[in-house]
Amino acid sequence: MPKPEFIYVTYIETTPEKLWQALTDGDFTERYWFGVRLRSDWKPGSTFEMVRTDGSVSDAGKVVECDPPRRLAYTFVNLSEKFKDDLPALATFVIEPYGKLVKLTLTHEGFADGSKFFQGISKGWPAILSGLKSLLETGQPLEIPYAALKFEEK
Amino acid sequence: MMKIDHFKPTTIYTIYIASTPETVWEALTSAAFSRKYFFGLAIEAELKVGGAFIVRTPEGTVHISGEVIECTPPRKLTITWNVNWPALVEKLGQTLVTYEIEPAGDAVRLTMTEAHDRPICDDILSGGRQGWPAILSSLKSLLETGESLAVKMEPPRLMLEALKKLGIETP
Repeated sequence: MPKPEFIYVTYIETTPEKLWQALTDGDFTERYWFGVRLRSDWKPGSTFEMVRTDGSVSDAGKVVECDPPRRLAYTFVNLSEKFKDDLPALATFVIEPYGKLVKLTLTHEGFADGSKFFQGISKGWPAILSGLKSLLETGQPLEIPYAALKFEEK
Repeated sequence: MMKIDHFKPTTIYTIYIASTPETVWEALTSAAFSRKYFFGLAIEAELKVGGAFIVRTPEGTVHISGEVIECTPPRKLTITWNVNWPALVEKLGQTLVTYEIEPAGDAVRLTMTEAHDRPICDDILSGGRQGWPAILSSLKSLLETGESLAVKMEPPRLMLEALKKLGIETP
Protein backbone atom coordinates (compact mmCIF):
# COMPACT_ATOMS: atom_id res chain seq x y z
CA MET A 1 0.00 0.00 0.00
CA PRO A 2 1.31 3.47 -0.84
CA LYS A 3 1.54 5.90 2.11
CA PRO A 4 -1.48 8.19 2.34
CA GLU A 5 -0.85 11.60 0.81
CA PHE A 6 -3.30 14.43 0.22
CA ILE A 7 -2.81 16.76 -2.74
CA TYR A 8 -5.05 19.72 -3.49
CA VAL A 9 -4.65 22.24 -6.30
CA THR A 10 -6.68 25.38 -6.80
CA TYR A 11 -6.41 28.46 -9.01
CA ILE A 12 -7.14 31.85 -7.48
CA GLU A 13 -7.55 35.32 -8.98
CA THR A 14 -5.09 37.08 -6.69
CA THR A 15 -1.36 37.80 -6.32
CA PRO A 16 1.28 35.53 -4.72
CA GLU A 17 1.83 38.21 -2.03
CA LYS A 18 -1.86 38.36 -1.05
CA LEU A 19 -2.11 34.57 -1.01
CA TRP A 20 1.01 34.40 1.17
CA GLN A 21 -0.54 36.83 3.64
CA ALA A 22 -3.79 34.85 3.62
CA LEU A 23 -1.85 31.68 4.53
CA THR A 24 0.31 33.17 7.29
CA ASP A 25 -1.54 36.08 8.96
CA GLY A 26 -3.67 35.01 11.91
CA ASP A 27 -6.10 37.92 11.44
CA PHE A 28 -6.70 36.66 7.91
CA THR A 29 -6.87 32.90 8.64
CA GLU A 30 -9.46 33.52 11.37
CA ARG A 31 -11.89 34.67 8.66
CA TYR A 32 -11.85 31.53 6.49
CA TRP A 33 -10.32 28.74 8.64
CA PHE A 34 -13.31 28.01 10.90
CA GLY A 35 -12.15 30.76 13.26
CA VAL A 36 -8.64 29.34 13.65
CA ARG A 37 -5.72 31.77 13.98
CA LEU A 38 -2.33 30.46 12.88
CA ARG A 39 0.40 31.49 15.32
CA SER A 40 4.10 31.37 14.45
CA ASP A 41 7.05 33.66 13.75
CA TRP A 42 7.47 31.59 10.55
CA LYS A 43 11.17 30.90 11.05
CA PRO A 44 12.28 27.36 10.16
CA GLY A 45 12.38 25.34 13.38
CA SER A 46 9.92 27.64 15.18
CA THR A 47 6.69 26.48 16.76
CA PHE A 48 3.53 26.47 14.65
CA GLU A 49 0.11 26.49 16.34
CA MET A 50 -3.55 26.65 15.42
CA VAL A 51 -5.40 28.73 18.00
CA ARG A 52 -9.16 28.48 18.50
CA THR A 53 -11.34 31.52 19.24
CA ASP A 54 -11.26 30.65 22.99
CA GLY A 55 -7.44 30.81 22.96
CA SER A 56 -6.83 27.05 23.22
CA VAL A 57 -4.44 25.33 20.82
CA SER A 58 -6.05 22.67 18.62
CA ASP A 59 -3.06 21.61 16.51
CA ALA A 60 0.69 22.12 16.81
CA GLY A 61 3.95 21.43 15.00
CA LYS A 62 7.01 23.17 13.58
CA VAL A 63 7.84 25.45 10.66
CA VAL A 64 10.02 23.58 8.16
CA GLU A 65 10.35 26.00 5.25
CA CYS A 66 9.46 29.65 4.70
CA ASP A 67 10.27 31.33 1.38
CA PRO A 68 7.75 34.16 0.83
CA PRO A 69 5.78 34.35 -1.40
CA ARG A 70 6.62 30.96 -2.92
CA ARG A 71 6.92 28.07 -0.48
CA LEU A 72 5.68 27.43 3.02
CA ALA A 73 5.96 24.12 4.84
CA TYR A 74 5.06 23.11 8.38
CA THR A 75 4.30 19.97 10.31
CA PHE A 76 1.30 19.67 12.60
CA VAL A 77 -0.99 17.21 14.29
CA ASN A 78 -4.25 17.64 16.16
CA LEU A 79 -3.67 17.45 19.91
CA SER A 80 -6.94 15.76 20.87
CA GLU A 81 -7.07 12.24 22.34
CA LYS A 82 -8.63 10.91 19.13
CA PHE A 83 -5.35 11.42 17.26
CA LYS A 84 -2.98 10.21 20.01
CA ASP A 85 -1.53 7.55 17.67
CA ASP A 86 -0.81 10.11 14.96
CA LEU A 87 2.47 11.92 14.29
CA PRO A 88 2.91 15.45 12.93
CA ALA A 89 2.59 15.30 9.14
CA LEU A 90 4.17 17.75 6.69
CA ALA A 91 1.99 20.26 4.81
CA THR A 92 3.76 22.08 1.96
CA PHE A 93 2.17 25.02 0.12
CA VAL A 94 3.59 25.98 -3.27
CA ILE A 95 2.46 29.31 -4.76
CA GLU A 96 3.07 29.86 -8.47
CA PRO A 97 2.02 32.71 -10.76
CA TYR A 98 -0.16 31.27 -13.55
CA GLY A 99 -0.93 33.89 -16.19
CA LYS A 100 -3.02 36.48 -14.34
CA LEU A 101 -3.87 33.88 -11.70
CA VAL A 102 -2.08 32.10 -8.90
CA LYS A 103 -1.85 28.31 -8.68
CA LEU A 104 -1.79 26.95 -5.14
CA THR A 105 -0.65 23.37 -4.58
CA LEU A 106 -0.91 21.80 -1.14
CA THR A 107 0.77 18.46 -0.47
CA HIS A 108 0.18 16.89 2.94
CA GLU A 109 2.28 13.78 3.60
CA GLY A 110 4.15 11.70 6.16
CA PHE A 111 1.15 10.26 8.00
CA ALA A 112 1.39 7.27 10.32
CA ASP A 113 0.04 3.96 8.97
CA GLY A 114 -3.73 3.79 9.40
CA SER A 115 -3.77 7.48 10.29
CA LYS A 116 -7.09 8.86 11.54
CA PHE A 117 -5.69 12.36 11.16
CA PHE A 118 -5.34 11.77 7.42
CA GLN A 119 -9.09 11.17 7.13
CA GLY A 120 -9.75 14.39 9.01
CA ILE A 121 -7.47 16.62 6.94
CA SER A 122 -8.84 15.12 3.70
CA LYS A 123 -12.25 16.54 4.63
CA GLY A 124 -10.94 19.76 6.14
CA TRP A 125 -8.61 21.11 3.44
CA PRO A 126 -11.15 21.39 0.58
CA ALA A 127 -13.44 23.47 2.83
CA ILE A 128 -10.60 25.66 4.16
CA LEU A 129 -9.04 26.28 0.74
CA SER A 130 -12.43 26.88 -0.91
CA GLY A 131 -13.14 29.49 1.78
CA LEU A 132 -9.72 31.06 1.19
CA LYS A 133 -10.38 31.32 -2.55
CA SER A 134 -13.80 32.88 -1.97
CA LEU A 135 -12.41 35.40 0.50
CA LEU A 136 -9.60 36.51 -1.85
CA GLU A 137 -11.87 36.71 -4.91
CA THR A 138 -15.09 38.11 -3.44
CA GLY A 139 -14.11 39.62 -0.08
CA GLN A 140 -16.46 37.17 1.64
CA PRO A 141 -15.54 33.80 3.18
CA LEU A 142 -17.90 30.81 2.83
CA GLU A 143 -20.42 30.12 5.57
CA ILE A 144 -19.84 26.39 6.03
CA PRO A 145 -20.95 24.97 9.37
CA TYR A 146 -18.26 22.72 10.86
CA ALA A 147 -20.79 19.87 11.15
CA ALA A 148 -21.37 19.94 7.37
CA LEU A 149 -17.86 18.53 6.86
CA LYS A 150 -19.08 15.15 8.19
CA PHE A 151 -15.82 14.31 9.95
CA GLU A 152 -17.41 11.24 11.54
CA GLU A 153 -18.35 9.59 8.23
CA LYS A 154 -15.88 7.48 6.29
CA MET B 1 -28.32 -0.05 -17.77
CA MET B 2 -24.56 -0.22 -17.59
CA LYS B 3 -23.16 -1.85 -14.45
CA ILE B 4 -20.72 0.39 -12.62
CA ASP B 5 -19.99 -1.58 -9.42
CA HIS B 6 -16.55 -2.63 -10.65
CA PHE B 7 -15.33 0.94 -11.31
CA LYS B 8 -12.78 2.17 -8.76
CA PRO B 9 -12.21 5.87 -7.93
CA THR B 10 -8.83 7.19 -9.12
CA THR B 11 -9.27 10.94 -8.65
CA ILE B 12 -11.56 12.78 -6.23
CA TYR B 13 -11.85 16.58 -6.09
CA THR B 14 -14.07 18.40 -3.60
CA ILE B 15 -14.84 22.11 -3.74
CA TYR B 16 -17.25 24.32 -1.79
CA ILE B 17 -19.15 26.99 -3.69
CA ALA B 18 -21.34 29.88 -2.50
CA SER B 19 -24.31 28.86 -4.64
CA THR B 20 -27.37 26.62 -4.67
CA PRO B 21 -27.51 22.93 -5.67
CA GLU B 22 -29.80 23.87 -8.58
CA THR B 23 -27.36 26.43 -9.99
CA VAL B 24 -24.37 24.08 -9.61
CA TRP B 25 -26.38 21.36 -11.37
CA GLU B 26 -27.19 23.68 -14.23
CA ALA B 27 -23.57 24.81 -14.51
CA LEU B 28 -22.45 21.17 -14.79
CA THR B 29 -25.00 20.27 -17.47
CA SER B 30 -25.44 23.27 -19.75
CA ALA B 31 -23.37 24.65 -22.63
CA ALA B 32 -24.15 28.28 -21.76
CA PHE B 33 -22.26 27.81 -18.47
CA SER B 34 -19.64 25.29 -19.56
CA ARG B 35 -18.32 27.43 -22.43
CA LYS B 36 -17.33 29.99 -19.81
CA TYR B 37 -15.47 27.76 -17.33
CA PHE B 38 -14.52 24.59 -19.25
CA PHE B 39 -11.89 25.76 -21.75
CA GLY B 40 -14.65 26.96 -24.11
CA LEU B 41 -16.13 23.45 -24.43
CA ALA B 42 -19.90 22.98 -24.74
CA ILE B 43 -21.67 20.34 -22.63
CA GLU B 44 -24.83 18.80 -24.12
CA ALA B 45 -26.55 16.47 -21.68
CA GLU B 46 -29.77 14.57 -22.26
CA LEU B 47 -30.72 14.44 -18.60
CA LYS B 48 -32.26 10.98 -18.24
CA VAL B 49 -30.77 7.55 -17.65
CA GLY B 50 -29.47 6.29 -20.98
CA GLY B 51 -29.39 9.81 -22.43
CA ALA B 52 -26.42 11.11 -24.39
CA PHE B 53 -23.66 13.16 -22.78
CA ILE B 54 -21.54 15.11 -25.27
CA VAL B 55 -18.78 17.69 -24.92
CA ARG B 56 -18.05 19.69 -28.09
CA THR B 57 -15.08 21.86 -28.99
CA PRO B 58 -15.73 25.51 -29.93
CA GLU B 59 -15.49 24.31 -33.58
CA GLY B 60 -18.34 21.85 -32.99
CA THR B 61 -16.48 18.52 -33.08
CA VAL B 62 -17.26 15.93 -30.45
CA HIS B 63 -14.42 15.87 -27.89
CA ILE B 64 -16.02 13.68 -25.22
CA SER B 65 -18.95 11.33 -25.64
CA GLY B 66 -20.78 9.36 -23.00
CA GLU B 67 -24.03 8.21 -21.53
CA VAL B 68 -26.03 9.29 -18.51
CA ILE B 69 -25.89 6.44 -15.96
CA GLU B 70 -27.51 8.05 -12.90
CA CYS B 71 -29.48 11.28 -12.91
CA THR B 72 -30.97 12.72 -9.69
CA PRO B 73 -31.21 16.48 -10.09
CA PRO B 74 -29.88 18.47 -8.30
CA ARG B 75 -27.99 15.89 -6.20
CA LYS B 76 -26.15 13.32 -8.28
CA LEU B 77 -25.10 12.83 -11.89
CA THR B 78 -23.07 9.87 -13.12
CA ILE B 79 -21.93 9.77 -16.73
CA THR B 80 -19.46 7.92 -18.89
CA TRP B 81 -16.82 10.35 -20.09
CA ASN B 82 -14.91 9.03 -23.07
CA VAL B 83 -12.43 11.31 -24.80
CA ASN B 84 -12.86 10.85 -28.52
CA TRP B 85 -9.32 9.72 -29.37
CA PRO B 86 -8.99 6.64 -31.59
CA ALA B 87 -8.55 3.36 -29.63
CA LEU B 88 -8.81 5.09 -26.23
CA VAL B 89 -11.85 3.19 -24.97
CA GLU B 90 -10.60 -0.06 -26.51
CA LYS B 91 -7.26 0.22 -24.66
CA LEU B 92 -8.28 1.91 -21.38
CA GLY B 93 -11.96 1.06 -20.96
CA GLN B 94 -14.60 3.64 -20.21
CA THR B 95 -14.09 6.55 -17.83
CA LEU B 96 -16.83 7.20 -15.29
CA VAL B 97 -17.44 10.64 -13.78
CA THR B 98 -19.77 11.25 -10.84
CA TYR B 99 -20.81 14.64 -9.50
CA GLU B 100 -22.35 14.77 -6.04
CA ILE B 101 -23.91 18.03 -4.92
CA GLU B 102 -24.74 18.53 -1.23
CA PRO B 103 -25.88 21.56 0.74
CA ALA B 104 -23.28 22.67 3.33
CA GLY B 105 -24.71 25.57 5.28
CA ASP B 106 -25.15 28.50 2.89
CA ALA B 107 -22.71 26.86 0.48
CA VAL B 108 -22.70 23.75 -1.68
CA ARG B 109 -20.19 20.90 -1.58
CA LEU B 110 -19.41 19.56 -5.06
CA THR B 111 -17.50 16.29 -5.21
CA MET B 112 -16.19 15.00 -8.53
CA THR B 113 -15.09 11.38 -8.68
CA GLU B 114 -13.31 9.94 -11.71
CA ALA B 115 -13.37 6.13 -11.81
CA HIS B 116 -12.07 3.36 -14.05
CA ASP B 117 -12.82 -0.34 -14.40
CA ARG B 118 -9.14 -1.40 -14.57
CA PRO B 119 -5.79 -0.14 -13.27
CA ILE B 120 -4.67 3.00 -15.13
CA CYS B 121 -1.12 4.35 -14.74
CA ASP B 122 -0.50 7.67 -12.99
CA ASP B 123 0.89 9.24 -16.17
CA ILE B 124 -2.44 8.78 -17.94
CA LEU B 125 -4.41 9.84 -14.86
CA SER B 126 -2.35 13.06 -14.75
CA GLY B 127 -4.64 14.46 -17.47
CA GLY B 128 -7.67 14.48 -15.18
CA ARG B 129 -5.62 15.36 -12.11
CA GLN B 130 -4.35 18.47 -13.90
CA GLY B 131 -7.64 19.37 -15.54
CA TRP B 132 -10.29 18.94 -12.82
CA PRO B 133 -8.85 21.48 -10.32
CA ALA B 134 -8.63 24.10 -13.08
CA ILE B 135 -12.14 23.41 -14.42
CA LEU B 136 -13.81 23.33 -11.02
CA SER B 137 -11.84 26.34 -9.66
CA SER B 138 -13.08 28.27 -12.68
CA LEU B 139 -16.67 27.05 -12.17
CA LYS B 140 -16.55 28.25 -8.56
CA SER B 141 -15.24 31.68 -9.58
CA LEU B 142 -17.93 31.97 -12.27
CA LEU B 143 -20.76 31.22 -9.84
CA GLU B 144 -19.38 33.42 -7.06
CA THR B 145 -18.06 36.44 -8.99
CA GLY B 146 -19.78 36.23 -12.40
CA GLU B 147 -16.36 35.81 -14.05
CA SER B 148 -14.64 32.52 -14.82
CA LEU B 149 -10.85 32.13 -14.60
CA ALA B 150 -8.63 32.45 -17.65
CA VAL B 151 -6.82 29.14 -17.09
CA LYS B 152 -4.86 28.09 -20.15
CA MET B 153 -3.30 24.66 -20.15
CA GLU B 154 -2.03 21.98 -22.50
CA PRO B 155 -2.49 18.25 -21.92
CA PRO B 156 0.37 16.95 -19.71
CA ARG B 157 3.35 15.66 -21.69
CA LEU B 158 3.57 12.49 -19.55
CA MET B 159 -0.04 11.63 -20.42
CA LEU B 160 0.45 12.16 -24.16
CA GLU B 161 3.60 10.01 -24.13
CA ALA B 162 1.89 7.23 -22.17
CA LEU B 163 -1.10 7.23 -24.53
CA LYS B 164 1.18 7.16 -27.57
CA LYS B 165 3.00 4.12 -26.19
CA LEU B 166 -0.34 2.30 -25.98
CA GLY B 167 -1.11 3.17 -29.60
CA ILE B 168 -3.75 5.76 -28.74
CA GLU B 169 -3.73 8.69 -31.18
CA THR B 170 -3.99 12.18 -29.74
CA PRO B 171 -4.30 15.46 -31.68
